Amino acid sequence: MRRIESKAIINVVENLCANVNFELSTDVLKSLEKSVVFEKGIAKDILEEIIENAFIAKKERIPLCQDTGTASFFIKFGNDVIIENGDIYYAINKGVSLGYTKNYLRKSIVFDPLKRKNTQDNTPANVYIEMVSGDAIEITFLAKGGGSENASSLKMLTPSAGWDGVKEFVLNTVNEKGRNACPPLIIGVGIGGDFSSVGFISKKALIREIDSENKNIFYNKKEKELLNEVNKLNIGPMGMCGITTALAVFIETKPVHIASLPVAVNIQCHSFRRKTVII
Amino acid sequence: MKVNLQDLVLDSRILKAGQKVLIRGTIYTARDAAHDRIVKMLDCNKEIPFKLENVTIYYCGPSPAKPGAIIGACGPTTSSRMDIFTPRLLREGVKFLIGKGVRSRVVVDSIKQNSAVYFVVTGGVAALLSKTVKKVNLIAFEDLGPEAIYKLEVEDMPLIVAIDSFGDTVFKI
Repeated sequence: MRRIESKAIINVVENLCANVNFELSTDVLKSLEKSVVFEKGIAKDILEEIIENAFIAKKERIPLCQDTGTASFFIKFGNDVIIENGDIYYAINKGVSLGYTKNYLRKSIVFDPLKRKNTQDNTPANVYIEMVSGDAIEITFLAKGGGSENASSLKMLTPSAGWDGVKEFVLNTVNEKGRNACPPLIIGVGIGGDFSSVGFISKKALIREIDSENKNIFYNKKEKELLNEVNKLNIGPMGMCGITTALAVFIETKPVHIASLPVAVNIQCHSFRRKTVII
Repeated sequence: MKVNLQDLVLDSRILKAGQKVLIRGTIYTARDAAHDRIVKMLDCNKEIPFKLENVTIYYCGPSPAKPGAIIGACGPTTSSRMDIFTPRLLREGVKFLIGKGVRSRVVVDSIKQNSAVYFVVTGGVAALLSKTVKKVNLIAFEDLGPEAIYKLEVEDMPLIVAIDSFGDTVFKI
């Protein structure tokens, strides 16, 4: 067994909160720099602003976006790890509280969905744990903004809808809600599982690298097909037309009941802030 | 084109959808919770913390200012969440709106009726936008944290006219 002090995890999480909110990931920046060449007019100006913003944010340690998000953590927890002086939930939440407070990040979480009193330190975080073999903890932090999360959608299709039904639902969701979600978007699509798990896999799909290939050849093709169709919608950067509506579409699937075909679309804005650290 | 908001009040019709402008002047931040309170105060005939006539409302909840800065990151939030409040505020005299994303048909009509203008500013470029803010004052609803109302003095804030006073819009849906 490997023993890890909770303090070590708290430190990692605290630093992740800061770095992720100040520094746009390299893959996102690269993808934006590629897209800017093909746009013109307002669309080009907007992409240039986004790129300039990334440089200012990194240099001056100002958040990329004022919405520093719901703190979401995807954790691969090694079976051979024991955390001392606390557990993983405590360590993550403590790290978020310190990270958001000390770095002047916005606290966007309220205790109760209807009473809406702010928790003041951006906790609780959303913590998703997967047990794996080994003696390490892999922590992926995603700072997920509210505007793009609001544009996400879930539908319980039935098997006869097939791929065409899935595609139609994805395109309709993007067309109806994408303009409000700060495009260019990254689109996570979950297919299969059940009502509760399909939403989760659509979000988990987001943590892949832009321009990475889906290991499943069938879904790799489907991702390219969807990206191509989405970029024909003429939504463009910030919804003011153009060819760059999305930078990537990622698909995650799960085995499913013979009666069902659940689909979830998790919309991510261009301020795509996530990072993985292994302890 | 550079415009002063004070001058623009006199003739908002010079602006056309799709036009890019750099604005200068006073704007008030307000998002969901602040809108809700303002409208409730209007319903109860209570005094509003700032005069609504001819003002500019910016849908924004800034991140906290770090030491030495006057404001944190301060980009726009999604405007459509404020759609249910907007016609009322425009009737009360609010002249300009700044946010991001599309508006409802009812809001477009109300903008036209009141010769108002809806501007959009790029979302997710909040570090860049913080550079255009020259002065900040907390006006009301401090308990709302990021949703409090701040009075901002801005210079060369880069906006796009999204819905002009004729009701024409930049969004092609």
